[in-house]
Amino acid sequence: MAERHRADLLISCLHGRYPELIPTLQEEIERRGLTGEVGVVEAGCRGLCAMGPVMLIKPGGLFYTNVQPADVPELVEETLIKGRAVERLAYKEPVTHQSVCYYEDIPFYSKQVRHVMHDCGMIDPQSIEEYIAVGGYQALSKALTTMTPKEIIEEVKKSGLRGRGGAGFSTGWKWEATRQSAGDVRYAIANGDEGDPGAFMNRSLMEGDPHAIIEGMVIGAYAIGNVRNAYIYVRDEYPLAVSNLNIALEQAREYGLLGEDILGTGFDLDIKVVRGAGAFVCGESSALMQSVEGKVGEPRPKHYHATERGLWGQPTALNNVETWANIPLIINKGAEWFASFGTENSKGTKTFCLAGQIQNTGLIEVPMGITLREVIYDIGGGIPGGRELKAVQTGGPSGGCIPASLLDLPVDYDSLVEAGSMMGSGGMIVMDDRTCMVDIARYFLEFLKEESCGKCSPCREGIRAMLEILTRITEGQGKMADLETLETLAKTVQTASLCGLGKSAPNPVISTLRHFRDEYVAHIEDKKCPAGVCKALIEYYIIEDKCLGCGLCRRKCPQGAISGEKKEVHVIDPALCIKCGICRDVCKFDAVGVR
Amino acid sequence: MPRLKSVEELQKLRTQLQKNIESRTETSTTITVGMGTCGIAAGAREVMQAILAELDKRDINAHVTTVGCIGMCHKEPLVDIRQGDEPRITYGNITPAMVSRLIEDHLANGQVVDEWVVGRVAG
Repeated sequence: MAERHRADLLISCLHGRYPELIPTLQEEIERRGLTGEVGVVEAGCRGLCAMGPVMLIKPGGLFYTNVQPADVPELVEETLIKGRAVERLAYKEPVTHQSVCYYEDIPFYSKQVRHVMHDCGMIDPQSIEEYIAVGGYQALSKALTTMTPKEIIEEVKKSGLRGRGGAGFSTGWKWEATRQSAGDVRYAIANGDEGDPGAFMNRSLMEGDPHAIIEGMVIGAYAIGNVRNAYIYVRDEYPLAVSNLNIALEQAREYGLLGEDILGTGFDLDIKVVRGAGAFVCGESSALMQSVEGKVGEPRPKHYHATERGLWGQPTALNNVETWANIPLIINKGAEWFASFGTENSKGTKTFCLAGQIQNTGLIEVPMGITLREVIYDIGGGIPGGRELKAVQTGGPSGGCIPASLLDLPVDYDSLVEAGSMMGSGGMIVMDDRTCMVDIARYFLEFLKEESCGKCSPCREGIRAMLEILTRITEGQGKMADLETLETLAKTVQTASLCGLGKSAPNPVISTLRHFRDEYVAHIEDKKCPAGVCKALIEYYIIEDKCLGCGLCRRKCPQGAISGEKKEVHVIDPALCIKCGICRDVCKFDAVGVR
Repeated sequence: MPRLKSVEELQKLRTQLQKNIESRTETSTTITVGMGTCGIAAGAREVMQAILAELDKRDINAHVTTVGCIGMCHKEPLVDIRQGDEPRITYGNITPAMVSRLIEDHLANGQVVDEWVVGRVAG
């Protein structure tokens, strides 16, 4: 058992970089005679992924970003021995460039409400002892010894918890429906098959706090009744999540928190990890269950719900891993506490991944109902390079684009649907004014075309047809009639597809057509791409009165398409230019334009 | 690894394990040891190790942190104890041999050891 430390260094977001960081730290700690006094813990995600490796020092709460092995001697000397902050390693405020030394003072964190992710980055995810020490498995013992299954379901219903995987169905009702379906054998499944581009909150949770998911599942299995086997479905692209979950399951079995006669209560349950091969469609409930059964991951028609006939034809409660991880919180702190966060119909907190054109790329947790403005500007630190926000894409490929004009929209299940998008599992891709919305719609359809399983024709053929039209528009070959065809196709795919993938696939097209129709028109009628992205419709040129003739673009151009004398205005030869955009990115004077 | 057979066993295990992550949980007591060059030269490291051992022995919940020189080099090793909103008490010329009484009187019995005090700072 570990000793009592006067300080713990919690290291997160190594991302496989600097594998020598932790050994270097341990060596330095030993060299300075601090062994046993200072602990080094590799903890889960702290959310500021782009600034990793990050280090939180407890007690005190000093927070360092981009910590590299070369920083170790100074860090140990200054912080651990002399108790001083190393300011150069502190977080830098993106706008003011001021250093913020303490974790709690960083705006990225101070605006967040971290409940589900509370222990993520605070404990070693490979140690059940640390999880128990911070209060882990307390909810389990409370539920198993002081609550009846019905009371648990009532509590979850009362909390207002809705599914965190996208559709937002009430968790308590789902459990009740499963419990009421006749069956000697029922199943519980955790969906960890996160497939949206730019989303990684489920991965971070599985990697950083696997026991919270397990604890929630044991409580749920007890509440639903007749559940002796449960599964966690994780895509194989998440090797660390798979291994941390398996370690956690093994530890829980050894401690008697899983398996037969859990905590001496007579309740039995085992949980297994099932690895998925990484098909997007396997995040869909019926395809996921097919895949668990060892069949091809394709959805089936839903004449009946999974709660009646799910896995192997038995009643099944399938919830997202984040939904399961909320359960211990509700049992420990009560439904009323949980419901005190969020809005009327969306309770609690939600994790989101901020990606795209945003300063603080990373993972956040906020109360439901927070506005997009607070998420993007207060927590996310705004758009890099002082550029303007154009749209936010939420809900992954199945979601839609929300324009900057709706920045004060509260983030909850219903408001997002009203704006033509959806909550999804929590991806948030921020786009600036250099993003072409037609091209974005095309990108998502391209993704969905690859991921459509091909079982039903509306999805298989419809997505392909929409993609062809979009590609044509981005190449300048579009006709105004295409827009109507797109709308008709979108409606057909939405109505007639078999599963959620197809039903939501037209969302990127529908939402961009709704909010950015003028951009489509500009592509078709004026043969112009206003954002300067679609290569067939643009031309790069040097803005004469801004060019100082520094020659940087000339040296960087891979085609040799730029010429000009030093300190004189340069010129781009359109015949040689391949429109890669490097000149525009490197120019320090904004002297490269697109038309 | 012990298989837990009851809720009581889980509670007992939790109480034992909480010590290991104490530096990460909230406490109302912070003990600060001056660790400038002057402090270290005067034996502050040994004093701090004695404090850690004493806290462990008595099962007292407190954070132990280090700071640089605060200017009273002739009184090193300096040890500050702060409990909740009480004034911060600074003790001077502390040796490892004095630690046991310091912890017992101040933390266990709530009695400030007046003869060793060199300063009190409110707030």
